[in-house]
This record gives sequence, C-alpha cells and structure tokens, in this order.
Amino acid sequence: MAVKNYLRERFMPHIWCPGCGHGTVLNGLVRAIESMGMSKNEIVMVSGIGCSSRISGYVDFHTLHTIHGRALAFATGVKMSKPELNVIVPMGDGDALAIGGNHFIHAARRNIDITAIVMNNRIYGMTGGQYSPLSGYGTLATTAPYTNIDQGFDVVELSKAAGATFVARTTSYHVKQITDIIQQAILHEGFAVVEILSQCPTYFGRKNKEGSAVDMMKRFKENTTPIGSKAKQENPELIERGIFVQKELPEYCNEYEKIIQRASAK
Amino acid sequence: MKNNVKFIQGNEVCVEAALYAGLDFFAGYPITPSTEIAEHLATRLPQIGGKFIQMEDEIASMCAIIGASLTGHKVMTATSGPGFSLMQEALGYAVMAEIPCVIVNVQRGGPSTGIPTHVSQGDVMQARWGTHGDHAIVAMTASTHQDVFAITVEAFNIAETYRTPVILLFDEVVGHMRERLVMPAPDEIPLVQRLRTSVKEGIDYHPYLPREDGRLPMSDFGSVHRYNVTGLYHDMWGFPSDNPQVVHGLLRHLVDKIENNVDQIARYKEYYLDDAEYVLISYGSAARSALHVVEHLRPRGERIGLLELQTLWPFPNDLVREKCEGARYMFVVELNMGQIRQAVQTAVERPDRVFLVNRIDGVFITPTDIRNMLRMITGKGV
Repeated sequence: MAVKNYLRERFMPHIWCPGCGHGTVLNGLVRAIESMGMSKNEIVMVSGIGCSSRISGYVDFHTLHTIHGRALAFATGVKMSKPELNVIVPMGDGDALAIGGNHFIHAARRNIDITAIVMNNRIYGMTGGQYSPLSGYGTLATTAPYTNIDQGFDVVELSKAAGATFVARTTSYHVKQITDIIQQAILHEGFAVVEILSQCPTYFGRKNKEGSAVDMMKRFKENTTPIGSKAKQENPELIERGIFVQKELPEYCNEYEKIIQRASAK
Repeated sequence: MKNNVKFIQGNEVCVEAALYAGLDFFAGYPITPSTEIAEHLATRLPQIGGKFIQMEDEIASMCAIIGASLTGHKVMTATSGPGFSLMQEALGYAVMAEIPCVIVNVQRGGPSTGIPTHVSQGDVMQARWGTHGDHAIVAMTASTHQDVFAITVEAFNIAETYRTPVILLFDEVVGHMRERLVMPAPDEIPLVQRLRTSVKEGIDYHPYLPREDGRLPMSDFGSVHRYNVTGLYHDMWGFPSDNPQVVHGLLRHLVDKIENNVDQIARYKEYYLDDAEYVLISYGSAARSALHVVEHLRPRGERIGLLELQTLWPFPNDLVREKCEGARYMFVVELNMGQIRQAVQTAVERPDRVFLVNRIDGVFITPTDIRNMLRMITGKGV
C-alpha cells in the first residue's frame, strides 16, 4: 500500500508552516506503519492540542483529537477498554510535558502499551511562540523577551525515571531513524516514548536566530550523535540519538486481565 | 427472605444500578463523599469482565471514560465538588463530540475544599454551566434508594439515546444513607443499548449526521469505519470547520437535541398537588424532609403538596408552571442559596410568590426547619 493510502486527502492542505519539521515526522510515522503491514482499522491515534496534535486529522486511522494535555488520559481509556487496538499518541512538547506532564509520568509508570511521540520543537507554535518546558535556559520567546530563566526537561531522563520501558530519541533530520524507531516503539509491549526533535523555523528559529529550516536541520545533524559514540565522549554537549531503554516489564492491560481472572474465580 | 432486598448505602445503589444498566468501564479518583462508588466498582467490574481504573486525577478520569465510550462501552466516573470542577473541560468535550457517558457528583459543601463530609446541593448551577460555552446538559437526581437505582439506569439510557453526557447530582446524605433497596428483576427496567450504524464497510459513514429522528448512530473505534473525533466545531465527518453555517448548525443541534426533548427527559414525582395552595418544590435528599412536612400537614387540613424534581437540567419549565398553576405560595426547598429557586421563578406566572427554604451550613434540613420557615414566610401557623 502506498503512503498516500494512509492519509486523508479530504483534510489537506495541512496547517503546518513551510519548513516545519512535523510533516517529516508524519512521513516517518506513516512509513513505519506501512512497512509493518498493519491494518488501518486496528490503529487509534489520539492527540491533544497544538500544531503537532493536528497530525491525527491527517491520517486514515481511528482518530481522536482531544483537549490540551490530556491525550494520554483519553488514550488510556481507549487502550484499556479495547487492548487489541494499537494506540499511538503524538504530542507537542508543551502538550506532553507542561499541561500534560502529570498524565505523561503516570502513563509511563503504569507501563500501558501506548506509543507516545513527543514532537519537540521547544516552543508553543499554535499560539505564536511562547516558551515551553523544553525551550531551555537562555532561549528567547514571546513570553521570554529578556531570555528564558526556566530550566528545560530532558525528555529521555524524565521518561526513564517515570518508568517507561522503551525510550528513544531522534530528529527530523534523521528520517530513516524516525521510521526505524517508531516501528520498534509500536512493536514494544509497554509504554514507549519517542522524542523527535523537530524544527519550528517560524517561531523558535526566528526568535533565536537559528536561520532557515535547512539551517535548523543541519544543527540537528551537527548537535546530535548516536548513543555512546566516540564523538559524545569528546564533546559531552552533543545530544544522543537512538534507543536508550528497551526492557520488558508487566504491561498494564495484560495485568488487568489477570485481575479479571482473579476476580471471576471468587 | 428474598435475596433481592438489600440494605445498603446510596453510593452502592448507584453501583448496582450502573451495572444493571450495562456499565463495563469506570475511571475515577478517590474523593469524599463519592469514594465508595469507586471502591465497589473496583471489586465488581472485574468479576464481570469489566474494567476499573484509578487515574491520576479527575481530569484524567473524565478523559479516560470518553476514550472507553468510543470503543463501544458503557462508561461512568464518580466524584464530588473539587473533582467535578476538574472534570469540566472534558465534560464540554463530551458534549461537543457527542460521547455517551455518565458523571456522578455526590455533592458536598463548597466552594473550594469546603466541607467534605457534609451535605450540600451547591453544584446545581455548576452542572448547568460549569463547562465553557453555550451548550445543553442533562442532570438528574433522586432522594430515595429505589429512585437512585431507577434514575441511574435512566441516566445511562438518556446518555445513549441522545449521545450526551448525563450528570447524576446526588448528595452526601443520599450517598451515605443506608436504606432498603429492592433490586429490580433483570428485565424490569428497559435498557437503551448503543445505536450502531448499519452503514457497511466501504460506504461513507457520517458520524455526525443526525438521522430524521435526531439520533446519531455510532461506530466503535476498532471497527470498519475510521473517522475523526474532535472538540473543534466539525462537519458531518468530524472534520474541523469554521464555516459559519457548520458552526451555527452544530451548536443548534447540540442544544436542540436536549432542549426540544425536555418532556422526554423530565422525570419527577408529585404528592398531593391537585388542590395544593402551598407547593413545595424540592429534589435530592432535601425532598425527603419536604415530603415528611407534606405528609404531616395534610391530615391537619393544610392544602400542601410536593413536586419532587428528578430531572434538573434541562429544566422542565412547562411542567413546573402547570403544577404550580393553582398555588398561592411556592417554596423551593434546597441545600444551597437558591439555585433551583431562580429556575422556578423563571418558569412560574407569579415569581414574587416563590420563596426559598434552605440550609447552607452543612447540616441536613429537617422537617422542623421547613415548617418553621413556612410559618415565617406565610405569617401563619402552617
């Protein structure tokens, strides 16, 4: 099946700005699903609010475009009530980790079989460029005109600490890695977090003088390195890419099936 | 002794009724005085293959039941004041996306943390207007365990019939009180099942196109029709739209499907209203004391009656006006500062003859309280 068959042309044109990294994520995601030969009927995509969250409208799955920050809570209801469905939750950095931070850590803690994709462009794009919990110290935003004094989260470290059993990171420059990691995240039985650094030339790039979309993607190429590489040892400032955690722990819906057996036996 | 007679808490009655109605997914968060609903369902649901989950907060609980409703399940959450406040945004989402679900609010005193273990009926207006934006809502209540059972089943039926959230506004007294419940037989109360689309695979299904009778057949997530659900204004496919005609049409539909069916949704009980000079209007636990007053004064020759409202929203204006036609005085007995009194005044021909009989101190209103206030208001020894 062609990639096109996974998209809803009726929904186009999309809302993303020229140069936005989110389209690359959509491309990588759809290719991952295509290569796995999954039926469209068995996939539910749940999203919140923001630029990234519009991704759910563009794909031909069961799609649930919810409220800001709560996508994982809706997704938990979908998954637990019908565990045979594959549930994918794309979120922005603010959606996932500011307003949705509590749901994020608790979904990770439960290890419910959901694939969470954090499309991290370090800014609130839809509202016009305010700082997010991923903007980082010293950046500029419309709500940080004198530079941002908020420290940023490290999505990978946060996910690990919260109990996610699959944690990975890549960027919109590393397109093949997006597809590869999303495939593995979907196959993983448990809560999977995939952070994808995505460029927002319109707001983050312009405010922080990072140049064009191409310049920003080059930066992803130059500032990142595979996990444990020699380059990382020489330059600790580099951001690591790849799969950080991939382990088996009891999955929530499977565990609840055991509860049902235990309760029915009484 | 028959084993269909139980002596249980109101919260447990709500659980029994929800299971009777077909509840098979519950998400909640502990909060007084509703916690027993979650506790009982944690035990009962897995016994029948249903699912119970304790979420990280009430926001998540409300969201989770919406997700589970979309996969084809009958769903419920239960909470009290502060938790109900947290649920408001997602409640509005359920209104907009037309998701059948039941939200129980066992009311305690507010605002804020208020008085958690004491009774109040202070959330009546919050149920009506708590979520932002124009909308219609269904909120129901009951005063006895037998009625808590019936109304809870009705809430599920109405949620399915109109594809809407339904709020059950119980209160601490009804929730924690123990009294007799005769369990209805399995087929005694009719149940409304989810209306699913008959549109075949490969044919364009319109999740948001009402049939001629106003109902919108659903398709479970995971089955052959893939569609979009959103809290944005949307067209018949569920695709976001800012077309003024679409926006206007959808808001009208959301309001009209409830407000045009007030008669179908209205549930009430009446006592001695035929010749009543004094009409008490009450609901929930307060109606128990109001009924006691009526039954005490009738044998003493007072022409007093009671209209017990079980559907609070949409407010049954015509019904209240008709029932109060011959009344000299109307007394709204409620445990708040006049939230239903306002609605009654709007409905009746003589709003100046509508008086509030209330308590707002966390203490349950007694028949003596009511009689004393009637005496003061009427200036005679009623």
